[in-house]
Amino acid sequence: MKALLIRELRLALRSGGGAGLGLAFFLIVVILVPFGVGPDPKILAQIAPGTLWIGALLACLLSLDRLFQTDSEDGTLDILALSPLPLEMLVAVKAFAHWLTTGLPLVIAAPVLAITLSLPTETYIWLIASLALGTPALSFIGAAGAAITVGVRRGGLLLSLLVLPLYIPTLIFGAKAAALASGGGDPMPALMLVAGLSLFTVALTPFAAAAALRSHLG
Amino acid sequence: MVLRGPNGAGKSTLLRVLAGLIPPLSGRIDLNGCGHKNRDDFQEMIAFAGHLDAIKPQLTVAENLRFWADLFGSNAFDQTMQDFRLVEISDRLSHTCSAGQKRRLGLARIAVTSRPLWLLDEPTVSLDTEITAQFTALIDQHCAAGGMALIATHIDLGLNSSTELYLEALTRKTLQSLPESDPFLKGDWT
Repeated sequence: MKALLIRELRLALRSGGGAGLGLAFFLIVVILVPFGVGPDPKILAQIAPGTLWIGALLACLLSLDRLFQTDSEDGTLDILALSPLPLEMLVAVKAFAHWLTTGLPLVIAAPVLAITLSLPTETYIWLIASLALGTPALSFIGAAGAAITVGVRRGGLLLSLLVLPLYIPTLIFGAKAAALASGGGDPMPALMLVAGLSLFTVALTPFAAAAALRSHLG
Repeated sequence: MVLRGPNGAGKSTLLRVLAGLIPPLSGRIDLNGCGHKNRDDFQEMIAFAGHLDAIKPQLTVAENLRFWADLFGSNAFDQTMQDFRLVEISDRLSHTCSAGQKRRLGLARIAVTSRPLWLLDEPTVSLDTEITAQFTALIDQHCAAGGMALIATHIDLGLNSSTELYLEALTRKTLQSLPESDPFLKGDWT
């Protein structure tokens, strides 16, 4: 299990891996928003939580379609299926590695980018909390989607169509938590829902993804 | 045991079925008294090498094999690196290796897993004669130690003792006589 995690991280960080891609995309989207919307701090502060969340969500989606596809193409998936590690565990480890290389950098970069969107400083902690609790759900739902579309060449489009509707609850509550905090409301209920969603998907999607992978192998 | 037959006869498919990667349409597979439905225990006994070598091009040769050794909980890493003459290329990135070197790395994975049944699909493709002979000796050694190997191949490996299984090419008629597996086409769900 540790071997697999180390390998995943190593692959993501070597050339051709997806680690920098999501972060770069996130930076570009968020930095472009003030140019498009105009420099009014009031408007920017109002749309900041939503923008940051949408940026994070799309950045997550960007590297997902390769999650199982490279392993399927070079035959690694066959061997992993025969390994002592159950497929469910394999999915969980891969999704976790995806979060470490894509979700976690976004969480760290978000407060820096929030400055460019003039988000009130006291809201940062809530923004970080909502992203930190919500992005695991993005990686794990995405892993299930990636497992279902693993046999489809250029399955990115199908993956987005499958996964985006499932991302919406996380997006709504995640952005709401940060928006409530900046608007002076109580962000706790929304934050709890985000955490609940993440726990729910972390517990369930590995089984769905493993079932999808098995039917792909057969 | 050596598996022979023309292209498209179903050698690779048979190996994948035996590895438990594809469920059989009918019948059952028993391995040391363990049925294929008991998937975890069944697959614990199998080392499979298909057409693809399951190598990550961005990792070095040693990193690739080390990963499989760790995943399968094996301590034969150093020995296998020597057996397959991978030591001298251990620090090379795999995508710079030749086809034969990649194949050697792919087969080294089989040896490192230390499982009783080896399922090998065209293992000697792009190997030179010397390595082929060494690998054949390794298969003999594995079988002498109580292991089993089922090899789909077109060349004569010169194994010590082996039985041959010949698969006929499927004709249209045999395909039609196969049991229909799709419940929609069978009309079960209408």
